[in-house]
Amino acid sequence: MSDVMTAQAQPAPTPDGSPPKLAVHDLVKTRRSTSGAVVTAVDHVTFDVHVGEFVCLLGPSGCGKTSILNVLAGLDQPTSGRALLDGRPITGPGPDRAVLFQEPALFPWLTVAGNVELALKLTRVPGDQRAERARRWLDNVGLRSFGDAQPHELSAGMRQRAQLARALATEPDVLLGDEPFGALDAQARELLQDEVQRVWLERGGRKTFVFVTHNVREAALLADRVLVMSAAPGRLIEEVRISAPRPRQLDDVLVARVVSDVHELLMREVGRATTEGRDR
Amino acid sequence: MSEPPAGDLPRTGARRLWHEVGPPSAGIAGLIAIWAVVAALTTTSGVPSPIDTWKAFVGGMADGTLPEATVKTLIRLVFSFALAVLIGTMLGVGFALNEFAQRSIRPLVVALQIVPFVAWVPIAVIWFGPTERAVVFVTVVGSFPSMTLATMAAVRQVPPILKRAGRTLGAEGWTLYRNVILPAALPGFLAGLQQAWGFAWKALMAAELIIAAAGAVGLGHLLAREAGDVPVLVAAVAVIAVIGVLVDYLLFNRLDRRVRRRRGLLLEG
Repeated sequence: MSDVMTAQAQPAPTPDGSPPKLAVHDLVKTRRSTSGAVVTAVDHVTFDVHVGEFVCLLGPSGCGKTSILNVLAGLDQPTSGRALLDGRPITGPGPDRAVLFQEPALFPWLTVAGNVELALKLTRVPGDQRAERARRWLDNVGLRSFGDAQPHELSAGMRQRAQLARALATEPDVLLGDEPFGALDAQARELLQDEVQRVWLERGGRKTFVFVTHNVREAALLADRVLVMSAAPGRLIEEVRISAPRPRQLDDVLVARVVSDVHELLMREVGRATTEGRDR
Repeated sequence: MSEPPAGDLPRTGARRLWHEVGPPSAGIAGLIAIWAVVAALTTTSGVPSPIDTWKAFVGGMADGTLPEATVKTLIRLVFSFALAVLIGTMLGVGFALNEFAQRSIRPLVVALQIVPFVAWVPIAVIWFGPTERAVVFVTVVGSFPSMTLATMAAVRQVPPILKRAGRTLGAEGWTLYRNVILPAALPGFLAGLQQAWGFAWKALMAAELIIAAAGAVGLGHLLAREAGDVPVLVAAVAVIAVIGVLVDYLLFNRLDRRVRRRRGLLLEG
């Protein structure tokens, strides 16, 4: 199987001496379970993400991929190891790294446009430009006529579009997605995936996207590189480069091949974890 | 902005008015009917009829005692309630911000909340004499604890996801409070306001009733002074109840519904 992967692999983006956009070195993240035992969620994970790359962290539920994303977002500190942004340690969250959450994270007391405008206000965009920029971004994600709506009046898919507009309106360098489409129905998910792919392409090579997902098709559709994680405790077990041309469709031959290969790999991993769990 | 749910006809004019005031009017009419029957069947002067009470009310309005008492009481109430809300909000937000403050001071506030406010009346009189200050003291002490606890609960119950979203958008510290946490806590805060209003009203009545400041006028004082004239007593109680309910309905309840509807926390039915 690895042959297929290498056949499609591109040479790694060669950094011109500048540090990678995001770097994770030997990251360990433990947490306490409700019974008080220390559980290792992320087990010595190391990877780089270069400027303009789209990387997906793929793995079974509970493999610690969200923990990694939270560390990159600055919402959580590593137990050990380092997380770097432009070569500097990440100490907290910041508007240079926008986050798309899976749960509804829009502020319910603001209108849809108000949510986007608040993001602009928090990044000190002058007051007279906010409304215009918010409108432009809502247009861009297909919510032109929903600026005055309250978040609860939107469908789940539209809410995620609004979140995408809020996340991108401040022009962050990095977009982190924590299974942002995981709770959507198939149609809404597909539309959002197209949207994300388009937005990333439009900003050709300047925006760095890191998405966490357990959906193989999503990873194959979106990512330049898929980092496949093991079942808990999460380790990196495979790196898959996808060179299929964009914009991609799920039925593209290359995409379909990656999907089936990675799917097989994951099934084997989940099977192994289950057997081990049983044997223990 | 939101469409009415399917199958629910839009209410207009008379239908809407009936929907709003019909049920409570029916409740009040029922109460007055029962009251009239009980009064007719009782022979002592302890239960005045609704008509006697109405006459006492009209008399009180005509000679100016009721309006004057009501206005003076409301002035005390608004002042004390505002003070209680201010103290309660600051303490509540402070507790939510600072673990040590919360753990050291909160038990004292809970203790205040549990002690019946009437218990403060004699102490207030010893400290301040039978004065306006004593009345205000009892009212504030009677209502700020519930405001404090409600504010703290409201701030603590803000969904973590909203705080995380705010932080990733670049809000920290006070900016996060002002733009995310406090607005998110508003529904709980309003519930606290409504509750504290009820407490303030009760504490004020108790204080006015017992503390007869020299020449002081108020609905509670009226209750103490007119002890021999039962219809006036009942009329005063009715005024107290009506004002309390009206403010609750027209101000707090409306505000609460508006905020909840806007956030999708209220299903129209």
